[in-house]
Amino acid sequence: MTPVLIAAAEKPINPLLPNTPDLVWGAVSFIVLLFLFWRLVLPRVKTMLDERAEVIEGGIKRAENAQAEAAAVLEEYTKQLAEARAEAGRIREQARVDGTKILNELKEQASAEAARITANAQATIEAERQAALVSLRAEVGSLAIDLASGVIGESLSDDKRASAIVDRFIADLEASESASSAAKA
Amino acid sequence: MPFATDGGGGAQFHGPSIDEFYPAPVLFIGTPFEMNRIMIIRVIVVIALFLFFWLGSRRMKLIPGRFQSVVELGLDVVRVNVAEDLLGKKEGRRFLPLLTTIFFLVLGMNITGVISPLNIAGTSLIGIPIILALVSYVTFIYAGLKKHPGAFLKNALFPPGVPWPFYIIVTPIEFFSTFVLRPVTLILRLTMNMIVGHLLLVLFYGATTFFFFEIGNLFGVIGVATYAVGFAFTLFEILVAVLQAYVFTLLTAVYLQLALADEH
Repeated sequence: MTPVLIAAAEKPINPLLPNTPDLVWGAVSFIVLLFLFWRLVLPRVKTMLDERAEVIEGGIKRAENAQAEAAAVLEEYTKQLAEARAEAGRIREQARVDGTKILNELKEQASAEAARITANAQATIEAERQAALVSLRAEVGSLAIDLASGVIGESLSDDKRASAIVDRFIADLEASESASSAAKA
Repeated sequence: MPFATDGGGGAQFHGPSIDEFYPAPVLFIGTPFEMNRIMIIRVIVVIALFLFFWLGSRRMKLIPGRFQSVVELGLDVVRVNVAEDLLGKKEGRRFLPLLTTIFFLVLGMNITGVISPLNIAGTSLIGIPIILALVSYVTFIYAGLKKHPGAFLKNALFPPGVPWPFYIIVTPIEFFSTFVLRPVTLILRLTMNMIVGHLLLVLFYGATTFFFFEIGNLFGVIGVATYAVGFAFTLFEILVAVLQAYVFTLLTAVYLQLALADEH
């Protein structure tokens, strides 16, 4: 490899020693890229990452809020359900009590009505019995006179004695009547 | 070209050399802005990253679409897995622009090593690793001095809990490891990974071309094997590109974490 040695001797090259253009273009490259990342790219990335973190945190917060809200709604619902059940039970109880009361009232009314009807009926019967007694007394008197006249063969109608007999008979009859009704009472 | 044949006839294989990384300048020749192929690749990478992240963050929605999801996924690698994990939410946010820039700059520049028309990593020249390591170095010293004005340097050089005679040994070691080795290893790890990766790919694909088209006899079949190895290394280089970007960012965050730690 003599030519290499000759060439190296002609123009010594040491790869550990930089030449000026190498340093100049190296520095230019570094400065341009440092500017790119420092001033353009990384601030944009930072803004975006901050926004993203905010959105994610916001999302988590929203989810937590929604969960809390759902829990509250569930609790409210459960409470309302319990209240509704209690209300229903109370209404049922009330209805039962009311029903019993109405039933009792009706029973009372019915028995009062029955008593009243019975009393009415007894009064009517008594009145009719009295009426029948009065008319019977009149009819039995004339009937007995007629019968006695027939037995005796002559009229006793205008006889004073006959009239006295009838009156006595009726008086006896009334006496027995009042005795029997007193016994009955 | 440094690779002349040895003069004799017949096929001659030329391995890659360090000159791979110093192509001829094509633009602004003679100025400090002189551009060769690698500088053009760097500019392409910066434009691509700028467009990707500028468009990807222009109208960010709370519910991301496919494109925004990819952008967010990329940014989250640094934000969640590096910055917030190591530095906590507050300090992580403070240093996030720097860490994000380092990660995507290194990743973008590394990955061009396996993207077909570009085929060389923008980080394979030591300039970018030096700049990023310096930034990392200055930042962690600044953060340490600001948070623990009196104690930062003292604790860094004279670790508490060590008997004082040991400081004769410990202090030079601590100084060397913290203030010299940290930036140097950041620079060399990245640059050498990219240089070696590129040389390996050139070696295997160059050998494949040589075996297939120049050797002209039965040994040409060996090209199949060199192509397979080259392809495997291409996949490996994708892994290395991502890994080195992650390591550079992670170490910067670790240095910041150590500087900010309350033990100081």
